[in-house]
Amino acid sequence: MTAAVTGARPDVPTRLAADDLDLLLLIRHFELALLDMFGRGELHGTTHTCLGQEYVPVALRPLLTDGDHVFSNHRGHGHYLARFADPHGLLAEVMGRQGAVCHGVGGSQHILRDRYLSTGVQGESVPVAAGVALHLNRAEPGHLALVHLGDGTWGEGAVYEGLNMAALWGLPLLLVVEHNGIAQSTPTDAQLAGSIEGRARAFGVDHTLVTATDTALVRAALAPVLRRVREESRPAVVELRTHRVGPHSKGDDSRTPEEIAYAKAHDWYARYAEAYPEQFAAHDERQRAYLAEVVREVAGRPASVWEEADRG
Amino acid sequence: MAERVVENLNQALHALLADDPRLYLLGEDLADPYGGAFKVTRGLSSRWPDRVLSTPLSEGGIVGVAGGLALAGQRAIVEIMFSDFVALAFDQILNFASKSTAMYGRRVPMPLVVRCPTGGNRGYGPTHSQSPQKHFVGIPGLDLYEVSPFHDNQTVLGGMLATGRPGLLFEDKVLYTGRMYADGVVDELFRYDLLDGDVARIWVDDPEQSDCVLVVPGGLAVRAVAVARELLLRDDIVCQVLVPSRLWPLHAAALLPAVARAGRLVVAEESTTGGTWGAELAHAVHTALWGTLRAPVRLVHSADSVIPTAAHLERTVLVQNTDIHRAVKEVVRGA
Repeated sequence: MTAAVTGARPDVPTRLAADDLDLLLLIRHFELALLDMFGRGELHGTTHTCLGQEYVPVALRPLLTDGDHVFSNHRGHGHYLARFADPHGLLAEVMGRQGAVCHGVGGSQHILRDRYLSTGVQGESVPVAAGVALHLNRAEPGHLALVHLGDGTWGEGAVYEGLNMAALWGLPLLLVVEHNGIAQSTPTDAQLAGSIEGRARAFGVDHTLVTATDTALVRAALAPVLRRVREESRPAVVELRTHRVGPHSKGDDSRTPEEIAYAKAHDWYARYAEAYPEQFAAHDERQRAYLAEVVREVAGRPASVWEEADRG
Repeated sequence: MAERVVENLNQALHALLADDPRLYLLGEDLADPYGGAFKVTRGLSSRWPDRVLSTPLSEGGIVGVAGGLALAGQRAIVEIMFSDFVALAFDQILNFASKSTAMYGRRVPMPLVVRCPTGGNRGYGPTHSQSPQKHFVGIPGLDLYEVSPFHDNQTVLGGMLATGRPGLLFEDKVLYTGRMYADGVVDELFRYDLLDGDVARIWVDDPEQSDCVLVVPGGLAVRAVAVARELLLRDDIVCQVLVPSRLWPLHAAALLPAVARAGRLVVAEESTTGGTWGAELAHAVHTALWGTLRAPVRLVHSADSVIPTAAHLERTVLVQNTDIHRAVKEVVRGA
């Protein structure tokens, strides 16, 4: 079965409650702060920001419980912040400062906290999440395992092995695909034959296409899918057509100016600012200032410590 | 007469599943009445249909599912039908299960064992006969063990799961049909005991005396004992055989005293040459005992070749008892 939710015209976003808007802006300013610090040479290593895609974990947030497992990927800052609202711990992790969620060992793309896990190898988490879902199905029915993945991840065989077992065994596994049309530098039409819908359908798995980028509409589209996964204990694929507003990593955007302009035209940030200027300005300024304070405070912390007893 | 190795493994799995309701067993064609390609899992799915699962042909996926179970506080044993196919699960082993024990900045238990029927001498050809142990040596967070006729498998598997570290258990396919040794007796000449509960020591007359030490993984244990017997009867050479259950990390502390006393060490394994477990062991022994050794450590392994199918060709590649015999004799007598 495939359901499509196309949503309202992109220039009329739904007015959001304060907590949703704050979370969207928290993620936006976290990512902007990271790029800013990279630009100044203050960060070591690499990062992948989710600029333009912040609404995905924000839409999911009230639909998930603490008992659900969330598996994230290389582009996971938004997923983490939506779950824990902990910019200090995440920034300390990226910077290798005390208070880091994983003592600076995992960095931007390897984080484990409670039932949240991210790792940096594409597709690897799908069978792992199926294993978690196998346990949930027996021990904690009603909970689910959610995997965030991109359109590029569908090139990995692990996705199909995991989806096959989840469908065969009736497991509460939800794949949330952030289809931003580009895998690092490779456009989707150069790396994905057929469609994600066709691939889900081949396993007898429900597929829902969501083209809206409006947090409220996306949430409304996702709610019945999560409910079905929980109640009927079977996997589902949700494909969100989204727009990567920033580079893949930092300063490595290979798209044409027109393509980048197209992504920016779909950015929820500018559209929301235009539709609700007063509400937006107040929240935006508050989160910008909050992140500046987080950066100042975390940057002043001493280096993180990896104790011998924590080395596996 | 002692039970066969395959029966010991089967009983070990029965006992572990009975003792621990968190334990799962996953693999291809495990379920009854088939009971696994080598019948190691016979009877298990009938007793625990919810926890003994036949899976699709998805080695990477299966090990991933096992990793997910471990992450969720369960335990898992995976059977890979032929250890050659563990290559398909390399990412889950290298990048997920073993790394997850440490890469999140704290110790995360990953109680997970991947069982790998291993080795040649059955005419199964190039993709069903390999000894892939060497490809997994030196992966942080990953332990390697090998089944032997001296080590009870319930103890070995239970111990592996109890470490909270993922591990691979290599199981020589010819050994399955052989018998376990019991009560410290190998035959009318040889006796054995366990050092540190891990290294089986097989000796004649005096465990503290030998002309040469021969270290082998469990899959070569029966062959090594046969060689030691021939060396004694034909060449009057006293060779002590050591068989560690855990291959990696190296159990050097338990191996070094005997090697130091003899001053001579031969390491034999079925892996093809190059980047082998034996080379790591030789390095450790050379470093620790350089001033004590009477000869360089000698490595014996299979040839640098794919493993052919026809029996007469397979013999030209796989390590033979005569190779081990000759190596020990040369190290003791001087080549």
